[in-house]
Amino acid sequence: MSAFVTLVKRDLSLAFRQGFDSLMVVAFFVIAVVLFPLGVGPEPNTLARIAAGTIWVAALLSSMLSLERLFQIDYEDGSLELLALSPVALEVTVIAKVVAHWLTTGLPLILTAPLLAVLMQLPNDGFLTLILALALGTPTLSLIGAVGAALILGSRRGGVLLSLLILPLYIPVLIFGVSAVDAAIGDMTVRPHLLILSGLFVGALALTPWASAAALRQSLE
Amino acid sequence: MSFLADRVRSRLSFGEALENDHMSQLHGQDLICVRGERTVFRALDFTLEAGGALILIGPNGAGKSSLLRMMAGLLKPYAGRLIWNDEDALDDMDEHGARLHYVGHHDAVKPVLSAAENIRFWAELRGGGDDGIAQALATLDIRHLYDVPGRFLSAGQKRRVNLARIIAAPAPLWLLDEPTTALDKATIKRLEGAIGAHRDGGGMVVLSTHADVDTPGAKTLDLAKFACSDPLDEEMMV
Repeated sequence: MSAFVTLVKRDLSLAFRQGFDSLMVVAFFVIAVVLFPLGVGPEPNTLARIAAGTIWVAALLSSMLSLERLFQIDYEDGSLELLALSPVALEVTVIAKVVAHWLTTGLPLILTAPLLAVLMQLPNDGFLTLILALALGTPTLSLIGAVGAALILGSRRGGVLLSLLILPLYIPVLIFGVSAVDAAIGDMTVRPHLLILSGLFVGALALTPWASAAALRQSLE
Repeated sequence: MSFLADRVRSRLSFGEALENDHMSQLHGQDLICVRGERTVFRALDFTLEAGGALILIGPNGAGKSSLLRMMAGLLKPYAGRLIWNDEDALDDMDEHGARLHYVGHHDAVKPVLSAAENIRFWAELRGGGDDGIAQALATLDIRHLYDVPGRFLSAGQKRRVNLARIIAAPAPLWLLDEPTTALDKATIKRLEGAIGAHRDGGGMVVLSTHADVDTPGAKTLDLAKFACSDPLDEEMMV
């Protein structure tokens, strides 16, 4: 446990000291969402109709923005091979890095989302569900993204490759994230959608660390 | 998660392990290394006893770094076995990682963390404490760099921070790939002292070098002897 905390603390302090990463992710999120009212016009009904989808798509894209660097810097400066050789299982190291990544990118997104929901005229009934759905969905995004981030190590133009690898895998989270908010607005039951999002999270937590660790070992050969 | 901490802790009691087990031994058996399509070395055997040192020599591309990475478990042997105390060393990678320190070409020094924070992170990951860190800073004479962020360190100073990491938390096997790169003469002497102390405590060292590192009683392994000039031939595939 202490090693896990050490790893998370190290990544957090690195993120706070060198990074505008969190800030950039939030800024991208805000700008991407703001483009929609400008594009489709300020008609409140139209905006309310697309609010949940827009916010989720923007969240997907901005969470991906920072993923490229998840392992890249450690890979380049040799830290990654030392992490792989530490007594801590590489799978645990991956989870620690994902936790730190979520705290610095996913959490700020969740905190910003209600403001953007106001901007997008999201009906009041949908707010709580939007936050819940994002809280359940964004960790899954970070976990799945870590697999992609590990696979692209050592390749040129990794960022584009990453989006091609990862975006298709994000689709289930997007579908159920949006449908949860739509259900809340339409006065239908929200629970099944949130349960499926939880299921996706638990599944990703169980499976992706192994995949990421395997990809990392491969990249170090 | 606490079981994990226990596992880590149990592996870190290297001092005790040495007392119970004077016979630590690393043994390479018929190792073959293939990079791309090219066989780098083949039929390579070596044995390293507790307290021993092995110096890898050979021209560029002879496979010194590859052999060290193989010993660390970063590179899988194409064929052959790596044996630690009669067991396959690479069966449990976490356990193997706990018993070795690897110093590669990169120094893994984070530019935004101070020298001490860099060392502390790696030490804490292996259960090292303040005493070990203080000793490491003293051994490599970098106490004055304690608060200096990594981005202001010179190449030699970064290398010293990287070497301090391996002194700060003990592990029986040191794998050093060109450890003297960028070091001044005085620091090389300090490194030789540290290697000596490590071996006196029953530790083992494998190092590759082009410069002279004074390691009394060390065995030398010339990788040029195991080179394979032909492209991967049929015999070897069998």
